Amino acid sequence: MTTLLSVKNISVTLGNRKILDNVSLDMHAGDLKVLIGPSGAGKSTLLQCINHLITPDEGEIHLEGKKINTQSNAELCHLRQNVGMIFQDFNLFDHLTALDNICLALVKVRKLSKDEAQKRARKELDRVGLSNRAGLYPAQLSGGQKQRVAIARALAMQPKILLLDEPTSALDPELVGEVMNVIQDLAKGGMPMIMATHQMDFVRSLATEVLFMEHGTIIEQDTPKVLLADGAKTRTLDFCSKLNNLKGCEL
Amino acid sequence: MELLDLAFYTERVIPKLNEGLIESLWLIIPASLIGGSFGVLMGVLRVFGTKWIKKIADTFVAVIRGVPLTIQLMILYFGLPYLPFVKIFLTPYQAALIGFIFCTGAYQSEYIRGALLSIKQGQIKAGQALGMTKLQIIWSVIIPQAFRKAIPGCGNEIIYLIKYSSLAYIVTHIELTGEAKILVSRTFRPTEIYLLAGCYYLFLVTLATWILHALERKLYIPGFGKANS
Repeated sequence: MTTLLSVKNISVTLGNRKILDNVSLDMHAGDLKVLIGPSGAGKSTLLQCINHLITPDEGEIHLEGKKINTQSNAELCHLRQNVGMIFQDFNLFDHLTALDNICLALVKVRKLSKDEAQKRARKELDRVGLSNRAGLYPAQLSGGQKQRVAIARALAMQPKILLLDEPTSALDPELVGEVMNVIQDLAKGGMPMIMATHQMDFVRSLATEVLFMEHGTIIEQDTPKVLLADGAKTRTLDFCSKLNNLKGCEL
Repeated sequence: MELLDLAFYTERVIPKLNEGLIESLWLIIPASLIGGSFGVLMGVLRVFGTKWIKKIADTFVAVIRGVPLTIQLMILYFGLPYLPFVKIFLTPYQAALIGFIFCTGAYQSEYIRGALLSIKQGQIKAGQALGMTKLQIIWSVIIPQAFRKAIPGCGNEIIYLIKYSSLAYIVTHIELTGEAKILVSRTFRPTEIYLLAGCYYLFLVTLATWILHALERKLYIPGFGKANS
């Protein structure tokens, strides 16, 4: 199996605190890795290091076997075009309609004509079920709709991998479903993803691997079946049952 | 009654004040356009520039804001010809225009800077994550939003500019206020003439306010404050 992306020995230090400590992982076609862990564990930092929104102090990123030279803007741009990113708080461009949010990078980065960009943007909006919201501004959309536009915006760039940083954490409980449905469809369609999430149903049913992070390192790493098996003595199971106790339901 | 002597207004005052008005507009319009663009540039440099560019721009703004405009105009017009090595001669119009551009630009940069800082940083990350360059993000994401947020403040500065354009007469450029002063010295009727000149400025400011509100409405986007109806 070809390696799509490898993260090699990444460390990030802030002051004298290690935010990420020597983290490595490999992504293959069809992989769906889930990052779980307490806040401050370094999940966000790891995801942002992968497409160099945060520059790691040590370590390398390889895309399709080729090391990314982080000094070269062209290579960084190439990396980011191939690695889509979904943020916790959506980060839509507030002054653009849903459609133009998607078109902007298609025109500026992918150099599509305006017509082509709009055609592709409409297709992506349709995929996330928002074709009737194309002309609305972010302020006129619900949280779930904003996140779906953000997903459409990332998909329109035709990335090879998608990074999702707690995509449903900023949403009202009632809106989580619509976003998770979109992500589930993507997962079933074979889009390789690395996702920080605490949506346990999703983790159990679709994740190919669970990475449990704490204090900037991956402390457990296996399939959800192993880590979340009944009676497993794993930090992951311990953490997830606490999570579910908070929600008042059984694991 | 002398105050109601209509012929005095129509024949002597209004034609002269109209000439002055044209001269004032020749100062106000270019100064607000060039000064506005200059202010945007300075604001962007002060937020996104490298350390040294920021320092230079900050110092420039501090000097312009710290010295009275009257003194600046006098330096430009009366002072520059007596420089030790290069002597610079400016016409009254050039001196006034340059002074106004610097002044309005410095103040505008402060409004722009505030607006730029208020843009949610996540959008910069989103732009980067899509592969956009820093320049593309500043141009296509940050500035369009900051501009909308800065309109009320920048409009305020344009209204100031309309009124401090009256300082041009100090460097002997005869605009609205200059014409009024000359008329007064010829006719000894300050009450009517200054009242009328005041009305001219009031008219200009009202017109500018109206245009600015129209601009705000035209550029209105949901989520960026409510446009005045």
